[in-house]
Amino acid sequence: MSRYFTDEHEWIDVEGEIATVGITDYAQEQLGDIVFVELPAEGASFEKGDDAAVVESVKAASDVYAPISGEVVESNSALEDEPALVNSDAEEDGWFFKLRIADASELEGLMNEAAYKKFVASL
Amino acid sequence: MTMLKEGRPTAPAPVEDAHMAPATATGNRALMLEEKLIFEIGSTETTGVDFAQAPLTGSRLGNLARTDVIGLPGLSEQETVRHYTRLSRQNYAIDLGLFPLGSCTMKHNPRLNEKVARMPGFADIHPLQPQSTVQGALGVINELAFWLIELTGMHGVAMTPKAGAHGELCGLLCIRAALEARGDARSVVLVPESAHGTNPATAAFCGYKVEDIPATPEGRVDLEALKARLGPDVAAVMITNPNTCGLFERDMKTISDAVHAAGAFVYCDGANFNAIVGRVRPGDLGVDAMHINLHKTFSTPHGGGGPGSGPVVLSEALAPFGPLPYTARMADGTIHLIEEENVGEEMPRSFGRMSAFHGQMGMFTRALAYILSHGADGLRQVAEDAVLNANYILRSLDDVLDAPFGQSGPCMHEALFSDKGLAEGFTTLDIAKGLIDEGFHPMTMYFPLVVHGAMLVEPTETESKAALDQFILALRSLAERAKAGDDALKGAPYHAPRRRLDETLAARKPVLTWTDPGMV
Amino acid sequence: MRYLPLTDTDRRDMLSFIGASSIDDLFVDVPAQARLPGTIPGLPDHASEMAVERHMARLAKRNLSAGEAPFFLGAGAYRHHIPASVDHLIQRGEFLTAYTPYQPEIAQGTLQVLFEFQTQVARLLGCDVANASMYDGSTACWEAIVMARRVTKRGKALLSSGLHPHYVSVAQTMAKFTGDALAYRAPTLDAATDIDALIGAIDKDTSCVVVQYPDILGRVADLTPLAEAAQAAGALLVAVVTEPVALGAIRAPGSMGADIVVGEGQSIGVGLQFGGPYLGLFACKQKYVRQMPGRLCGETVDASGKRGFVLTLSTREQHIRREKATSNICTNSGLCALAFSVHMTLLGEKGLRDLAGLNHALACQAADRLAQVPGVTLLNDSFFNEFTLILSKDARDVVRTLADKGVLAGVSLGRLFPAAPEIGNGLVVAVTETVTPEDIETLAKALEEELA
Repeated sequence: MSRYFTDEHEWIDVEGEIATVGITDYAQEQLGDIVFVELPAEGASFEKGDDAAVVESVKAASDVYAPISGEVVESNSALEDEPALVNSDAEEDGWFFKLRIADASELEGLMNEAAYKKFVASL
Repeated sequence: MTMLKEGRPTAPAPVEDAHMAPATATGNRALMLEEKLIFEIGSTETTGVDFAQAPLTGSRLGNLARTDVIGLPGLSEQETVRHYTRLSRQNYAIDLGLFPLGSCTMKHNPRLNEKVARMPGFADIHPLQPQSTVQGALGVINELAFWLIELTGMHGVAMTPKAGAHGELCGLLCIRAALEARGDARSVVLVPESAHGTNPATAAFCGYKVEDIPATPEGRVDLEALKARLGPDVAAVMITNPNTCGLFERDMKTISDAVHAAGAFVYCDGANFNAIVGRVRPGDLGVDAMHINLHKTFSTPHGGGGPGSGPVVLSEALAPFGPLPYTARMADGTIHLIEEENVGEEMPRSFGRMSAFHGQMGMFTRALAYILSHGADGLRQVAEDAVLNANYILRSLDDVLDAPFGQSGPCMHEALFSDKGLAEGFTTLDIAKGLIDEGFHPMTMYFPLVVHGAMLVEPTETESKAALDQFILALRSLAERAKAGDDALKGAPYHAPRRRLDETLAARKPVLTWTDPGMV
Repeated sequence: MRYLPLTDTDRRDMLSFIGASSIDDLFVDVPAQARLPGTIPGLPDHASEMAVERHMARLAKRNLSAGEAPFFLGAGAYRHHIPASVDHLIQRGEFLTAYTPYQPEIAQGTLQVLFEFQTQVARLLGCDVANASMYDGSTACWEAIVMARRVTKRGKALLSSGLHPHYVSVAQTMAKFTGDALAYRAPTLDAATDIDALIGAIDKDTSCVVVQYPDILGRVADLTPLAEAAQAAGALLVAVVTEPVALGAIRAPGSMGADIVVGEGQSIGVGLQFGGPYLGLFACKQKYVRQMPGRLCGETVDASGKRGFVLTLSTREQHIRREKATSNICTNSGLCALAFSVHMTLLGEKGLRDLAGLNHALACQAADRLAQVPGVTLLNDSFFNEFTLILSKDARDVVRTLADKGVLAGVSLGRLFPAAPEIGNGLVVAVTETVTPEDIETLAKALEEELA
């Protein structure tokens, strides 16, 4: 399994043809207390860059983009009842949705963990 | 001599520590009374209203009689008066003191307006009465419309919009109708970054794509960037003037000319008209449409969040497309209401109706009473005093608070500060909550979005110099405490009916209606 | 200039403190050609309170107010008696002159009222949740159509012919710009509503069916079959109530399955005021709450653990979501919501049921009496406090003639539906608790004379 990061502060775990997507710990810290997560329906298809989910704090609503193209195979229903999971465990239990990867070449050019850390430090 | 030893002590014992006030059994604190919900104190059998016995007739409710318990508690009249009186005392209000919410124009609400609006001839007439029976009401609409047109130098006015945002919608619908009439479909509306949130929301609501226009470092629209973006796809530019940084858009006329040359229209957000009423007419600046918040500039009460009223003045190019119904004065002096049935001859290009009936009549009577009270000279003085008061605050505090556009010239009706320079960990929120303890309503905070930690202070013209000085004293003290890192400030407010409230909890587990604990 | 506290001395001192030589220095950013040198010509100068009051009173006297005449108008705005304490309480400065409760620590009064209001409205309409109010019934109705589009991702709404024609006009105006498809035709003069036709028209593109209850002709019908048919096809049922007092007597739309219930709340606590400000009611099922437009107040606790209230779920709203907001609405009808809530608290369930019962009984009496007038037929089998009479001639003329005789007879269908002359003989008559037996007799006699 390998983990990728985007400059939109999302992480992607790739296992075979399935990618699990969430927002980074840095992102959840910036957003503050998460109060609601709107997740995509299973079967929804996204092109890379489409609005795929919404994450809300008290004062802001942020779009989560599909980091790569694909079809949603599962959404993390635990977030519906407990959006605070995104704050407490953004990069594991707080995942958002899983995609069936349409084009693995889109993963090229994404950051690894070290590169993302460097990117965050530069902000 | 005679001596009376009984009776009460008449001088208090010295207080050692006023902060150590003991808790009370009721939770009340003298005049500050806790008040439960009507669902906790009322009952479905109690009522504060008596009715005559209903005559005996059969039921013709189509077998739909309501038999369930609705769950509406009642209170006796005395309990009702007490419940709402107690609740009212937990509110800050203009009647209590300076209410410096930037962009909201919280000015004094004259009580003459309330008296006039309650005259039975205005308060107790039905919107669908025959026109011959409501000539006075139509006269009010017509007279107010005349004033709004004259004060803005525009060609016509749509009176029906229900609030500012509804007025924005009206203006954009006029623009769309005018463009469609000339077969010119355009898809983009340009909005400055500093705009009120209603601007982009409105443009999107009527089907436009919204694009931002950047601001210059001195807080005004970037004219060059705007010009570069204009093109055949741009339907309108929405500009707030004076803008939300409290500055007059110096290039307004140049902007309008450029927008018109590109075949687009200029929408002006008139939320800040109070700064220029009687001194500047938007019509002279090339504006095509502008809403006027009667509850801001023209003193109708905010009522805890509404109702508003948002007539929209229109240029000659847009006026034919305005909404129904509207009034027209006939040659014989009668006033005619133009509705769907006679619109064909009178206004064939109207875009249609945008609310039932004739707009916020109850606000028209109030606004007209206010306008007539001030007259042309008084309204001009309103703008001057509003601007003077704001500049007085700006210059009284710019040594202790960062004023991001303090060097951009005089401000108009509001002074903008930021939280730059406060001690580590101290924010605009702390200053705002500190103001509550000082007995003031906080300023607008975190708006406009273009300034980090913005504090937007609009005193309005109805504050005396003494009131301004008291406010300046309070804000100066808070700024000094926040700069010195006084941790006690982070706990403010201490003296309000409630301490800081948990908004995260409210949003995570929304409780929007009351549920009887016995029912869950 | 009684509303301006600054003295000339203050002004001089303040200008000098700022470092400005005159007030003109503060307006330097206005382009020279747009600076007005003096007051706008042709407008009068300031006036005394007495002079203004006299002027306004003169205008007010040129109206025939409802209290001065036998009065039978309804059709979306109803005259009910408002207890004196309602107007007293809404004029308390702490309510009247407060702003939107953005600083909850010093706005608990407004916030608790909104929380109570939301609960009262939800219960009255039979829904799980209600918002803190909209502009009026007509705009709330359009917002419901847009919300149904968001929920179903479909763009075709079926509007019942019994929906208030102004509400239809508002929706048609907006739909021209948003691209929503609206199916609608004017009503016919039948005792039965068009529910069966609506059920037949629902298809896979239908976002919602919008039905008024009681409808514009005063008819009431069970909405349950319509709700079932809509939901079976993946569409929502939007019910519109323009006379909320009716819900003290007839079943709530929410209890018959409506997904969204909107309404005009004016009838409770808010005077006629020639059409505004009124009070838009908006309620729905819990599962749609995040798609709702408008302000919401929610319960929470403060830092010391005490119960308190805040505005919540505001990420739906324009000031945060900007172009992605559920609506551009920025105000609510706060003071009208307060009036509604105070009046409803005074009434309580018992009072509301008594009031509704009185309205219905008087309306039954009036319908029977008026149906005896030669040339008058009663359309309705069922009604609450409003019904439609079919006259032997155009009702519009009759209404005007009777107004000249000092009787405000009702609302003619010609006024409401100018494009449907075939129903022009219809007259919608509302009978509330403010109508006396003498008023009914006066109207009957006047109609007899006019239709003879």
